[in-house]
Amino acid sequence: MKEYKTITRIAGPLVFVKNTDPVAYADLVRIMLPDGRVKNGQVLDTSDDVVVVQVFEGTSGIDKETRVKFLGETIKLPVADDMLGRILNGAGKPIDGGPEIIPEKRLDIIGAAINPYARESPSDFIQTGISTIDATNTLVRGQKLPIFSGSGLPHNDIALQIARQAKVVGQQSKFVVIFAAMGITNEEAQYFIRDFEQTGALERSVVFLNLADDPAVERLITPRMALTAAEYFAYEKNAHVLVILTDMTSYCESLREIGAAREEVPGRRGYPGYMYTDLATIYERAGIIKGREGSITQIPILTMIGDDITHPIPDLTGYITEGQIVLSRELHRKNLYPPIDILPSLSRLMNLGIGKEKTREDHKQVSDQLYAFYAEGRDLRGLVAIVGEEALSERDRRLLKFAEEFEKRFVRQARNEDRSIQQTLDLAWDLLGTIPEHELTRVSNELKQRYYKPGRK
Amino acid sequence: MGEVDKKEDARGKAGSIYRIAGPVVVAKGIAARMYDVVRVGKEKLMGEVIQITDDKTVIQVYEDTSGITPGEPVINTGQPLVVELGPGLLTSIYDGIQRPLPILKAAMGDFITRGVDAPGLSREKKWEFTPVVSRGDMVKQGDALGEVEETPGIMHKVLVPPGMSGKVAEISKGKFTVDNIICKLDDGSKISLMQKWPVRMPRPVNKKLSPVMPLLTGQRIFDALFPLAKGGVAAIPGPFGAGKTVTQQTLAKWSDADIIVYIGCGERGNEMTEVLTEFPHLTDPKSGNPLMNRTVLIANTSNMPVAAREASVYTGITIAEFYRDMGYSVALMADSTSRWAEAMREISSRLEEMPGEEGYPAYLSTRLAEFYERAGRAVPLGTVASNKKSEGSISVIGAVSPPGGDVSEPVSQATLRVAKVYWKLDARLAQRRHFPSINWLDSYSLYLRALEPWYAQNVAADWKEYVERMMRVLQEEEKLLEIVQLVGSDALPDREQLTLEIAKMIREFFLQQNAYHEVDTYSELKKTYMMMKIILLYGTLAQESLARKVPVRDIINIKAKQKIANARFEKGYEELLDSVEQEMRKEFEQLKGA
Repeated sequence: MKEYKTITRIAGPLVFVKNTDPVAYADLVRIMLPDGRVKNGQVLDTSDDVVVVQVFEGTSGIDKETRVKFLGETIKLPVADDMLGRILNGAGKPIDGGPEIIPEKRLDIIGAAINPYARESPSDFIQTGISTIDATNTLVRGQKLPIFSGSGLPHNDIALQIARQAKVVGQQSKFVVIFAAMGITNEEAQYFIRDFEQTGALERSVVFLNLADDPAVERLITPRMALTAAEYFAYEKNAHVLVILTDMTSYCESLREIGAAREEVPGRRGYPGYMYTDLATIYERAGIIKGREGSITQIPILTMIGDDITHPIPDLTGYITEGQIVLSRELHRKNLYPPIDILPSLSRLMNLGIGKEKTREDHKQVSDQLYAFYAEGRDLRGLVAIVGEEALSERDRRLLKFAEEFEKRFVRQARNEDRSIQQTLDLAWDLLGTIPEHELTRVSNELKQRYYKPGRK
Repeated sequence: MGEVDKKEDARGKAGSIYRIAGPVVVAKGIAARMYDVVRVGKEKLMGEVIQITDDKTVIQVYEDTSGITPGEPVINTGQPLVVELGPGLLTSIYDGIQRPLPILKAAMGDFITRGVDAPGLSREKKWEFTPVVSRGDMVKQGDALGEVEETPGIMHKVLVPPGMSGKVAEISKGKFTVDNIICKLDDGSKISLMQKWPVRMPRPVNKKLSPVMPLLTGQRIFDALFPLAKGGVAAIPGPFGAGKTVTQQTLAKWSDADIIVYIGCGERGNEMTEVLTEFPHLTDPKSGNPLMNRTVLIANTSNMPVAAREASVYTGITIAEFYRDMGYSVALMADSTSRWAEAMREISSRLEEMPGEEGYPAYLSTRLAEFYERAGRAVPLGTVASNKKSEGSISVIGAVSPPGGDVSEPVSQATLRVAKVYWKLDARLAQRRHFPSINWLDSYSLYLRALEPWYAQNVAADWKEYVERMMRVLQEEEKLLEIVQLVGSDALPDREQLTLEIAKMIREFFLQQNAYHEVDTYSELKKTYMMMKIILLYGTLAQESLARKVPVRDIINIKAKQKIANARFEKGYEELLDSVEQEMRKEFEQLKGA
């Protein structure tokens, strides 16, 4: 394999190489610095005249004396059963002091799209033990359901609680957690790993760590590494895989950095115009394939910049994922855990995973009724601030109280409280009992007869 | 002259790749025309010429380009991107360039890889063809030569392709594959069950007509308040989570078009799977056949190649036009046109074109308008049925996904300029689980007046009056709610409190519709009409009672009201609503003034 010493330009994370033999698009590149360091990169643009390489470890130290070698293959991840229990860096190399992983095979990290015709419709209810998810924003196996958070909110605790408690009731199957960190702090990473170790989850997990001080460009391959590992365990080892990706905001910022270095025409807020497509190639790797036993469920976490849900990152994510769990600073300030605001939250696949044989016959209608009352109750809070509680009708006062109780008893739960779906729905009926029966317009008479019990006023 | 000759020489010869950057490949040494289809690299990936400069040709490639190297060959086919039109389209599921996904799965496995060619129509399947013309008949372009029963109940008309006409020299009857010749004309032209058509060129019609009848959807808010005409264009913009896809799917299920073309353009894989698993089990309320029998699906999910996404809407509308030419009414759902626009933007930025607003190419609005202009009600070129005056239509329902739900962005604005119906999805309604979450104050239909005569004739003479009264109540409610925000609802006068109550009934009993409830998911026109009538009758009786000084609380607590609430879930709504009316009148009579 030829080496070239024809770097003509270095800009940000990009290196421009001239006078090469034909180089394939997306090929892996090895960059050897005069001081002996070796860096890796990938071909972003190739032509007879110039080849543009993005360097994963950053370009510091690269000069015109640096040698460049094109490896003639795209980026691959060595995979093996032994990966379980291991901690790898953002580029897939072990950093836990353990031995090298002996690869069973090497897989291309740019996963191909699943043929929609080969997909199986997700339908298994995952019980997370968190009422606001199970009852009103149900997670289903094969779904991609992100957590939209803000800086300082306890999204990590929620993700960990889900990873600990998630199960399909009545099924014993191989369960694997893949955790990919992008640009999070060392402290946060430690927090995750400690929790994994304490609960024994680590031995069925693979951890990919790209920390805040690791090269930003490496972040672009970290989620793809993680998902390649996930696909290996799901489709070749028949495991049900839960992938946690955090923080997608750092990922998108790296994407913007590369775009800017390439002098591309920027889209909204400077993010590249292809960010939607790029994110889709990550999120769409969740799913179930007909005839295969395993599945991939994704929980990406992103921090909304300035708590703004219309910012391009949450916005584009929301258009691709099957719903979102939104955390609220207001609830967090009330010292409520988990601070999940159900109103902007949504699970698009919920209806596929609930109902008579899956959770309970009353699930859907109870959820709709909770939404309707809580939304109205929250609106009334605004009104009370203006006109005072005295000006409210009796019904309005009841709803106001309902919203209060809903947050205190239904939303709030302990970090280790694992509620079954039955407990969650019974709790919902307790709350609905504070409202006169005829006002429950979202619930059929039949279900009211079976479940409604008038409670204390 | 020399220049021209050189080009002639180069056509059909192999050139080579000069540059690769994602889906955009630059080739040299080929003389292609704009939008010619070329084969790129050793794996012969399919691509389309989108720019020509000096000696270089820019190509958008429909498949992943990783691992392709400069210097690999590029071959020009000399043909534009075409779709195959003929029996076998219905019940199919295609990618953006009409490759059947089941065949790709058989060839590539569960994941979409590349380099596989798959014809849009099966070459093996035989169709029973029954001619309607005989030897010696004169036929012209667009005339039906015969029929094939494509799916139970749907007759596929085999048409003379545009540009051909003459005397029938030979016509066959029996079982044929799509590429067998079934008819020869006296000038020697041969016609098979299949024809090809370039996707970027609209299929010609005899003349376009203005819309006169509604595309019924079984959704009360659409059919009553904001109807779409057959041949019209509707836009559904909304932020994520407001219910665009559920609305599109509901329309694909229940609208009374003969043929449905559903394009999943850059959307979620699991959603397409849902359509694929659900549609074969649902029956068409009109024909009783599985809904899949009248449906063509095009799925180019968000992670499939972006250039094929750009092509998918054209593939879809060309198929729609083909069925329109047979005299059918076609409804095309494109979910989402924003993803299509983004594909254009992505390609445009790789071409380093000067960007227009928000990075979109300057030709964005032209492209959108051109696409929507292919909708319409029209008289086909030829005679497709001997006994009746034939006309076909294409109604297009385009979902738009504006960033942050803000419709001031370029794609929404360009769409609204051409769409006559605006169904605005409202995230606030969705959060309250009010579905379909169509905002009744901001949405509009410009077809209301054009469709009035149809409703008056086919439903009831007072249809229009009821619709208008209902809109008035809803508008008044909006104003009153502003006051309530300041003073609380108890401070309102009785009359206004009643208005709020009636508006609430309209919202909860009429506008809300549960797409997942067996009965409520589809509301026939008569039901829609009777429900409007009874709610407004309550309104009239309530106001009369108020005039008699009956306390508001008594009026609001009337028992019959609860029964109206249940009407939408009942199959036997006619009897139910009749009896509710009797009861309600009696109850009101018994109310005593204070």
